[in-house]
Parts: sequence; structure tokens; C-alpha cells
Amino acid sequence: MTHRHVVVVGAGPAGLAAAEAALSAGARVTLIDASDRPGGQYHRMLPEAYDAARPEVLHHGWRAFDRRRRRVLTRPRCAWWSDTSVWALERPDPERPGPPRVHVLHGPVDGGGRRRLTLDPDALVLAVGAHDRVLPFPGWELPGVFTAGAAQALAKGERVVVGDRVVVAGTGPFLLPVAASLLEAGSRVLEVLEANTRGTVARGWSRRPWQLAAQAGKSGELAEYAALLIRHRVPCRTGRTVIEARGDGRVEEVVTARLRADWSAVPGSERTVAVDAVCVTHGFSPQLELPVAAGCALRTSPGGEFVEVDADQATSVPGVYSAGEITGIAGAPAARAEGALAGWLAAGGDPRASALRPLRRGRDQGRAFAARLARAHPIGAAWSGWLRPETVICRCEEADYASLCRAATRPESASARVAKLETRAGLGPCQARICGPTVAELNTRLSGAPVEPPAEGLPAPVPHRRPIAQPIRLGELAAPSEPAADGSAPRHL
Amino acid sequence: MNGTRVAVLGAGIVGAACARELALAGLEVTVVDRGGAASATTSHGEGNVLVSDKGPGPELELAQLSRTLWPQVLAGVAERSVAAAHAVEWEPKGGIVVATTDAGADGLTRFAADQRAVGVRADVLDAEALAEAEPYATREHTAALHYPEDAQVQPAGAAAALLGDALAAGATLRTGCEVLGAVTRSGRITGVRTSAGPLEADWFVNAAGPWSGELSARLGAPVDVRPRRGDVLVTAPLPPMVFHKVYDADYVGAVGSSAGDLQTSAVVESTRGGSVLIGSSRRRVGFDDRLRPEVLSAVAAKALRLFPTLAGAAVMRAYGGFRPYVPDHLPVIGADPRLDGLWHAGGHEGAGIGLSVGTGRLLRNLMLGEPTDLDANPFRVDRPAVLGTTARSVSEESP
Amino acid sequence: MSPRRVRAGSDAVGRQDRPLRITVDGEPVDGIAGQTIAGVLLADDRLAWRRGRSGAPRGVFCGIGVCFDCLVTVGEERDVRACRRRALDGDVVTTQSRQDAEPAPGTEER
Repeated sequence: MTHRHVVVVGAGPAGLAAAEAALSAGARVTLIDASDRPGGQYHRMLPEAYDAARPEVLHHGWRAFDRRRRRVLTRPRCAWWSDTSVWALERPDPERPGPPRVHVLHGPVDGGGRRRLTLDPDALVLAVGAHDRVLPFPGWELPGVFTAGAAQALAKGERVVVGDRVVVAGTGPFLLPVAASLLEAGSRVLEVLEANTRGTVARGWSRRPWQLAAQAGKSGELAEYAALLIRHRVPCRTGRTVIEARGDGRVEEVVTARLRADWSAVPGSERTVAVDAVCVTHGFSPQLELPVAAGCALRTSPGGEFVEVDADQATSVPGVYSAGEITGIAGAPAARAEGALAGWLAAGGDPRASALRPLRRGRDQGRAFAARLARAHPIGAAWSGWLRPETVICRCEEADYASLCRAATRPESASARVAKLETRAGLGPCQARICGPTVAELNTRLSGAPVEPPAEGLPAPVPHRRPIAQPIRLGELAAPSEPAADGSAPRHL
Repeated sequence: MNGTRVAVLGAGIVGAACARELALAGLEVTVVDRGGAASATTSHGEGNVLVSDKGPGPELELAQLSRTLWPQVLAGVAERSVAAAHAVEWEPKGGIVVATTDAGADGLTRFAADQRAVGVRADVLDAEALAEAEPYATREHTAALHYPEDAQVQPAGAAAALLGDALAAGATLRTGCEVLGAVTRSGRITGVRTSAGPLEADWFVNAAGPWSGELSARLGAPVDVRPRRGDVLVTAPLPPMVFHKVYDADYVGAVGSSAGDLQTSAVVESTRGGSVLIGSSRRRVGFDDRLRPEVLSAVAAKALRLFPTLAGAAVMRAYGGFRPYVPDHLPVIGADPRLDGLWHAGGHEGAGIGLSVGTGRLLRNLMLGEPTDLDANPFRVDRPAVLGTTARSVSEESP
Repeated sequence: MSPRRVRAGSDAVGRQDRPLRITVDGEPVDGIAGQTIAGVLLADDRLAWRRGRSGAPRGVFCGIGVCFDCLVTVGEERDVRACRRRALDGDVVTTQSRQDAEPAPGTEER
């Protein structure tokens, strides 16, 4: 019997669910993740070497995850490729539409001698997740300023806390688990600051409250975090945020200010707080380089750009499915439902199967939740009022706000590509992963120009276009690639 | 010539250079582009200003004129704006051509002798001199030549600087404005229809780069300019390791070839930001923008032959662009013999950045009836390679 | 005080630490098996180890391999993301600097 071969990229909640469903539908699955352990950011596991007796104390839904992980990774039809980075997706000829060829590197992170392998799947499920979006503010490049995700990854993933006097600031419910992780690991959290006003948050969440009931799991989880913060007497404030970090070679204090609904700072409301670390998040940026490389259409929503999928989680490219945060920021339960749908259908499973009904319902509820989340925790347009001419916008190239303004307001250099090459914003090692959406927003605002239509053959200057999706050493690139045979990579649970 | 209106169609570096010359000559210039300025081929190249890769002939003469003009042009830009001139990243760093085979060495030595006869400086580097000039380059070479006249620019910054001069001299720029067709009166083009309404002018300059073929067809006077794709690898910033534009002797052959299938040769250079740019490939695949890892792999392997020590460098980006290719490898500069008022300035293949300023000067001389610095006849529009095959549609090679 | 590792004895996850030692610019730094290089450095109270173009110090920002702020050289390999690479006993880590030889672009318009 021949099995359809489904490649799943990303072993977080969505990818793991996709792999499981694809296996149930009879497919052969290759599950790929850059990390050495499954779980993604949500179920970030402790290192195997820690030999932890009670990993569950750090996780919500650990047991279900642990069961699923074992079930999936031990199936003979599942090849688990940990330590594997997808560095390119190669689209087929237009007359043979289908999933792209998957080019991977297998070996230690950024190692120089990784194996270069290729896979030609029958279907591809992209479940690569998201990372924190952080808006720039004066001093955000100082050591000691972390993304909220960094603080959580370090606390959950290796039991390192980033500081002892910490302010957690930004917007979104993610502020709560991050503060909770820090408290659990023994840090002192001075305050948790939600930038949106109480009014914005309340209006966003209270629309169509009946939809929230379906997200009881998620709400319960958030309620637990809130209770923990109360127990530790951590003040949680709305309508206030960090507008500046200061210090000599590292963060020593932050300036917080009261914000109006549009995120303009109220003059005179500034307070200075001595800290040794600050953790910031302004929502999430989906990791869109692989969907863009595969040719998937994107959709623009109030919460940003995401992969467009239909009711079956299919993208605009035949044979390519997408699940989890890259289709919308809706949390782990929705990601699991989307992943299961995507995996089942990618494997050629019956789209009318009765088991899909609750999954579709869960996915739809997740989408409604995502819409509320975006409404309750938007980025206020006046955030750029925090910027000063010398504020670093692109961390890699240290391009400042003044240089962006200069390039964008001269007609001969206002085009996104020319401005990028002139200011170097987005040209550094992170390849605009951090500053890309910010630079695009500022450039459009400053130049007053609409987004340019791409010339034939040349891609639109979107910030997520990274045809080399992960760095590859020149020597690795020069070496010939090997078509992957079954089980050609080691398995780790 | 005051009061004469010129519409330059295409705001890439060639259009910018033409607009600059014409605006400074007092003409009323409008530059239109369907995208943004310098957003297509111009910002997808390496920024070559080379004489080293050209044998004696009209293209080398244009390159030599351009090489003389560049410092003058940049001095003018700097007078207007120091920042704009700085953004050009002009680096008169010189080129080094390295042969790694005996046959390559013979070819290179003969090529350089011919170039010297027409005034190109080409200095032989012995092993010691090469090791001093490029300490990280391979020791396994059979010949090396230093071309001190070769230079490099950041191409989008260069185009913006030229365009900025034109705008300062009174030109106007319309972006997001696509030319749809010509308005003609008794064999003369008097206007173009655009996505933003009609545009009238006395003269029109087709400076649409690899889209020149398509644009000229829309105007009813097709020229045979086709896309030839190239890919460039960009490394993460490195400590200084490459000090000139270093390329292998195969490059000249690849530039001069007409093969449609993949040709690769190594071109390695560093940029001011610390990245190393690694080219190059030539493929005639229409406007297919798909990334081909095996093409990148071939380019990487060739580059490592020149710089084995770059094996550990991380490639963080790759980009591709389309060169405007003409079958006889010569630019097309001059009046269209079929449609009065239409001029062409294009078809520079991979050399348009370097040749832009000479092209702008030559076009101005021709338009205004001034004496030219070189014989413009080889670039004329009514030559077989440009018009002889116009029955062939430009999209013939598209997949 | 600054970053640190939760003490094994009081850690609710009940972990077993196996020590390892790496060198950073020649200095020995102790960590435990399973940590990333960034984790080892942070737990050793080092908040920054790279220098950006202006010479400004940088350490961990995103912690998950996205921002490339934490790059180090491991052995002969440049540009390794310290937040993602697990430390191995004996790793020879060298810090990196991107300080420009060139001055920053001129800003004044004439």
C-alpha cells in the first residue's frame, strides 16, 4: 500500500495535531522542527538533560500534550526530524501546480556541517507559529530589555530568570502568563502594564459574549494567571506602558506613561521605575517567510497579515495547508483544531468525516476569539509619538527614526526598496523579522504613498519575503543536496 | 530647448540618468514609472561600474565615458546633498580577475592585452601581489589581473541621487503610473495613455529596462529586449575579507554568451554594510521569479573556488533580478526610426548601473544635436538584433 | 542582581543538574547540561556579549532565534544564535563585534 506523504513544518500545538490527524488518515508523515524537542513555544519543554521529575508544573495541559507527543512520535509511519531547519521552499513549474520541494538542513543550530536534504511531499502543512511583535521605543536596544517571549522561554525552557525587578508591558493576554512564569521562577514583577485603556479592552472582549463561553479553557487559564498575580500583589494597570528604557550599557530604569486610547502618551503622566529587566510584547508577528516562499496568498486583518486559508485550512496553493498562529492569533486550542483539520485533509482524509465537525466548530470559535483579541488589544496608531529622531528602529543595522523620515519624505528615495537600501533598515541578520512590519508602517505613513504594485516577475516588497528562510553556510549551500530517504534523520522524543 | 517636454518612461537608473541630463539641459522632464523609482532591476543588482569585463568595442567606449563621468556626476550630487552622495556608496575599489585554469589564464592574458591597446589599465598580479591585495583569495590560481578603474555603487542610492538631481532641476516624478499605449499623429508620438490619465510630451524615452520590449510593443514600435535572470547571495556581515570586486575569468565568457540555460561564474565583493555579495548567474527564463536552490548552490560552489575561506559564512539572503538582454549584447540608444518622437535607452544587460551616466549623456547629445563623445552608431535602434526579429514576441520565453 | 538560574534545590520541576564548562573569550564559565549558550551566559550574570555597529552592547532580546542579537562564535563557526544552540562541555565561545570601520552616513543637507 502506498501512503500519501505529508510533511508538517513545526511541532507546536498545531503541527503536532496535524501530524497526528494525518497519521490517523493513513498518511506517512515527516514532522520537522528546528528545535531538538517538540512542543513549540507554547509547550516549550525543558532540556532532556535536566531530567525533570515534574515538568508538568510549568505547563497548561501537559498531560494531553505529553500523551499526544508520545503517540505521534513513536508511530512507525512518522519520521520525526528534530534539529531541522527549512531553509527554502522551491515552487514547482506553474503547469504542475502542487506543494513546493522542501529544502532542509539537519544538524546543530547554525552549525557549519549540516546535511542538506530535500523532500517532495504530496502535501505540506505549515504550522510555524509566531513571535512577539515589539514596537520600538527609546532605549529598547539596551541589554535587559527582552521580548515577553524571551522571558518566558528562558524561564520555562531552561529555568533562567531575566531579572529580579521586572516590568512586563505591552498589550494582550500574553502579558499574564509571562508575568506568571517570572513569578513562578522567583522574580519580583513590579507591575504588568496593558497599553490599551480599560475601555478598549472591555469593549473588545464584551462584544458577542456568548462566543467567549466556547473558549472556556483559554479563559480559565487566563483567570489562573490573574489569580496568581493578585496573590503576589502585582499591580496590573491598563492604559499605561513603557515609553522609554534608560541605563548605562544596560537597562536601569524605565519611563512609563499613561496612554490615551490611540496610545498617545498623556503629558505629565510619566513615572520612572527602577528595574533590572523589562519584558515587552505588542502582539505577535506570524512567521510568514515559508508561506510566502510557497506562494500562499496572505490576508490583511486588523491584527496584521496572515496566511489566507479556506474552511479546510487549505491555502491558495494546491497541496499546501496552514494551521496555527500563521493563520491568525487565536491561542493553542484553536491551533490544535486547525492543525487536526489541516493534517487530516492534507492526508486525503474524507472531508465529510463526522470527527471533523467538532474540529471545524473549534476552529470557527478560535477565529471569533482571534477577532476579539485583535479588537481588545490593538496597536494604537499614535505609538510613533514615543519615537525620537535618534531612536533605533532597525536593531541589526541601528537605523534610526530620523534616517527613515529622511528617506521616506524624498520622492526619489521614498519607494520601499530604495528606502530600505538607503537606510539599511531590515537588511541586517534578522532580515526584518523584528522591524519589518514597523518599517513598512512608518514608510507608508511618512511617504504618504500607497503600496507599490510589483513589476512582473519581481515580488512585492513585503517585509516577510525571505527566500532564504534560515541562514545557510556557503559551504553547506555549495555541497550537493540529498533526496531524503525514509527515516533518514534521528528521532528524539 | 526650453519648453521642450520630455517624458522618460521608467525610473530605474537609466531613466534617472537620462532625466538628469535632460533636466540639467533645461528641458521640461517628467519621469513616470508603474512601480516606485529604482524599485525593479536597479535595486536587484550588484552595482557594477566595470571596464574590466568588456573587450575593445563600442560598449567599452561607453563604459570608459561613464567611468569618466561618474566622479563628475557625484561631485555635482554632493553639492546638492552630501547625504545623497554618501548613499551612492561610491567605491573605486578596483577589480581583480582570477583565472584558475591554464586555458583561463591564456584567455585572460590575451583579453587584457587587447584592452590595454585601447587604454584600459590592466596590471598583472603575481602570486605575492594577489596575496597582498586579497589575502583570503585562493592560492590555486593560474593568473590574476588588477583593473584599478573598476568601481562599485549601491545601485538604488545611485539612481536616487541621479533622480534627485533631475528633480532639483525641475523634473517631476510620477510613480504608480503605468503606460498603456501611444497617442500618435501622422507617424509621430504626441502622448501616452497611462493608468493615471494621458501624458503629452514632445519626446518620449523608453527606459523600461527588461520591460522595454513590452513597453515598446505597447507603443507600437517593438524592440527586442528580453529578460535574463540573475541571482545574488548576500552573507551576514563579516569582518573585512574581500577588498576588491573579485571575479573569475569565466565571467567574461558568461557575459558575452547568449546561452539560454544556466551560466554561472563567481563575482565576489563586500559592501559597506559588511555583507559579501556573491554572484552571478545568467538564465533566460522569462520573468520567472522562482528561487532555484540548485542555481544558488552552483553560484556558491564557484565562489568557494575563489574564496575557500568563505565556506563558513552564513548566507542570509538571496535576491534575483532581470537584466535587459539584447541578442547582440549592445545597448539600444537613439531615436526610433519608425515612430518620430520616440527614443530608446536600454538593453544594457548586466551593465546598466555603470553605463547609465554615459547613456544619459549620449542620449542628450543625440536629442539636442550636440557632438557626441563617442560613435553612437553601434547603439542605433535600426540594427538587426533590435528590429530584425521583432516578429518574436517578448513573452515567447516566458513559461 | 540580574539574570540567574533557579536553584536546583528549590526548583519545583525537580531537575538533576549535570555541570559543564565552556570558555568565553578564554574565560571559563560554568553551566549545566541542556542549557543554551545564552542561558549559560545569562546565568553567569552576563547580560550582553555582542557589540552592534555603533559599538553598543547586545545580548538576548527575543530568546527564540528570531532577532539575531545574541550571535556568538562557537569554535570556528561565526554567527551562531546563542539562544538556540545548546552548550556543550568544552565549547570555545568567542564574542563578536560589528563595529563599523566606516563612519555613519552624513546627515547634513547642504
